[in-house]
Amino acid sequence: MDISKEKLEWIYTTMYRIRRFEETMLEQTLKGNSMGVAHTSDGQEAPPTGICAHLTDKDWIGSTHRGHGHCISKGLETDKMMAEVFGKATGQCGGKGGSMHISDFSKGMLGANGIVGASIPLAVGAALTAKLKGIENESVGVSFFGDGASSQGVLHEAMNLASVWKLPVIFACENNGYAEATPSWYAVSAEDISARAEGYGMPGVVVDGMDVFAVYDAAGEAIARARAGEGPTFLEMKTYRYHGHFHADDTSKYRKAEEEEHYKKLDSIKHFERTVSKQKLMTEKKMKSIRDSIEQEMLDAVEFALSSPMPDVSTLYDDVYVNYSNPIAGLR
Amino acid sequence: MTTSQTNPLGPGYEGVAGSETRFRDIFRDTLRAEMIRDEDVFLMGEDISGGFDKDTKEPLDAWGGPFAATKGLVQEFGPERIRDAPISEAGFVGAAVGSALTGMRPVVDLMYFDFVTVAFDQLLSNAAKSRYMFGGQTKVPLTLFARSGAGTGHAAQHSESFYSMLAHIPGLKVVVPSDPYSVKGLLAAAIRDDDPVFVVNDKKLINLTGFVPDEEYVIELGKGRYMRRGSDVTLVGMSYTTVACQKAADQLAEIGIDAEVIDMMSLSPFDEDILIESVQKTNNVVIVDEDTPRASMASEFAAVIADKAFDYLDAPVKRVTAPHSPVPYNRDLEIEFMPSAEDVVGTVKNMLGRE
Ligand SMILES: Cc1ncc(C[n+]2csc(CCOP(=O)(O)OP(=O)(O)O)c2C)c(N)n1
Ligand SMILES: [Mg+2]
Repeated sequence: MDISKEKLEWIYTTMYRIRRFEETMLEQTLKGNSMGVAHTSDGQEAPPTGICAHLTDKDWIGSTHRGHGHCISKGLETDKMMAEVFGKATGQCGGKGGSMHISDFSKGMLGANGIVGASIPLAVGAALTAKLKGIENESVGVSFFGDGASSQGVLHEAMNLASVWKLPVIFACENNGYAEATPSWYAVSAEDISARAEGYGMPGVVVDGMDVFAVYDAAGEAIARARAGEGPTFLEMKTYRYHGHFHADDTSKYRKAEEEEHYKKLDSIKHFERTVSKQKLMTEKKMKSIRDSIEQEMLDAVEFALSSPMPDVSTLYDDVYVNYSNPIAGLR
Repeated sequence: MTTSQTNPLGPGYEGVAGSETRFRDIFRDTLRAEMIRDEDVFLMGEDISGGFDKDTKEPLDAWGGPFAATKGLVQEFGPERIRDAPISEAGFVGAAVGSALTGMRPVVDLMYFDFVTVAFDQLLSNAAKSRYMFGGQTKVPLTLFARSGAGTGHAAQHSESFYSMLAHIPGLKVVVPSDPYSVKGLLAAAIRDDDPVFVVNDKKLINLTGFVPDEEYVIELGKGRYMRRGSDVTLVGMSYTTVACQKAADQLAEIGIDAEVIDMMSLSPFDEDILIESVQKTNNVVIVDEDTPRASMASEFAAVIADKAFDYLDAPVKRVTAPHSPVPYNRDLEIEFMPSAEDVVGTVKNMLGRE
């Protein structure tokens, strides 16, 4: 396998961090410690991990309502993420964004986004900036979106733009089979969403989104193409979300138990563990020490979020603009 | 069955047969009644079938539709008339306009009010303008509905109340129910109306209950109503702020201020007469709006009052609105964002020189 030891450790750490962040966040949300709506991405660890393994802070990603995995893969810190979900002043956005709007511009993370499809052209725009500055080789744009989002017109416009302008973009479609309760076999007219790439003049690749090595390989090729100035690629990663659409959603109303079990057997973390053990690439001891450190990190993240202060109410009026001459409080 | 005690219907309706009903249940029942009444009425929206069984292909109605607004309808009417749509707001709203132009009466569930902007061009350029620019040849009997409002921790992109943006558009009609009684009458009127009508439901209303008469009725579009009669000050509410105004009126009564509460119900067209009539009597007016203040309905109502009832005013018209900002996530900030009964009481006290 053509992955360095350090990279393998990073991959395992990242996937396990996503898994445990989501489980911990969900538990805390159900306890009432979150302030709003939260969408979990456990089960879908492989796509963001396998892709972001090739990126640096200079590369940009666009994300979705289900954005925690994207954030973690791009190097955001779980304590500030947890604090944001808890609405605290120490959160990644000072408590003003919440779960659906976590972002970190210092790490090339353009923000989770609550409008389905809305972040796709942002990644295209980041790639356009790279092209205009002549730094395509070190700054690509990756746009993460779901099977549901593939029905938004803006995706199709963005794909055509990226091709026409030959931009360094990866369209990273996480097909988890559902948009809310609606199955993709109902809402998407193509067997493979990636088949649509051909019509927009770019390669479209179907990838096993439960296999981080498959994602890593496919993403490596796509990102190399982008960095070489050869334009966009569409990756469709077939994956599965373990929990409900949002924290209070009961999947048994629209998914079959057999289907859920089927995907749990394909679990991307277990698959990683089996693969590296069989090929003697990482010891169980090493993996355990990674898991233990993540467990501690989660305890610390919750503690940090719980003990952090609320934002001052006056921050409501901050940052609506860079500058503005009328009072924001307006008519009160 | 009970009979009405308070009377959301106005004087003379005491003793009408009806029951305490939840907002979302009467919304669903009204949709159902209109679908039975007219075969050309059909519904489209995301997730309104709540998924489908993989083997039988039967709709599952897992969530009863977004906000449980269409529970049971797909079983009753089938997936042709309860038409589950992919996440393509521009596409399916445009298709609804096209269908309305050619003889159907589509009703669209846009889920969160914020998503209207994804389909905005279809509403502005096609739904609102077709009749006018084609010289009156056609009409667009289209109804849309969605949930507005802050207060549920949904943050900036799922909490808007910018109904003023729609009311601004000639060719569109906009209504804002404030309780189960008004949503029944306004939704039925919207669906039967031959123009495009947007029904904006504040999320905070959806699980509230209120008295609803059993009989079939419509509320005329463009009419407001008195929720409470008073002589010292007029409080103007719309959508959920009508609830805030009623709470404020209760608090004001305790300190001897007799407030009149108007519920606008319709934003375009809207009831100029009720505003003027009330201000002529109370000589003081506070308009309460959860929308942001610039170019808002609150500003529009204030302008009409200044124009047509200026001589009756004892004090400047006051608006209690959200600040000129997006909706924050943090709960304390979100509470600060929304106009409250306490904000209204404070404004009235200032206005009347109390304390
Ligand atoms: C424009 C818009 N329409 C509808 C929604 C409501 N909504 C939120 S997530 C979602 C499903 C998205 O499905 P998919 O893109 O497959 O992502 P997944 O939830 O599976 O990660 C919908 C319909 C929204 N947030 N934005
Ligand atoms: Mg999906």
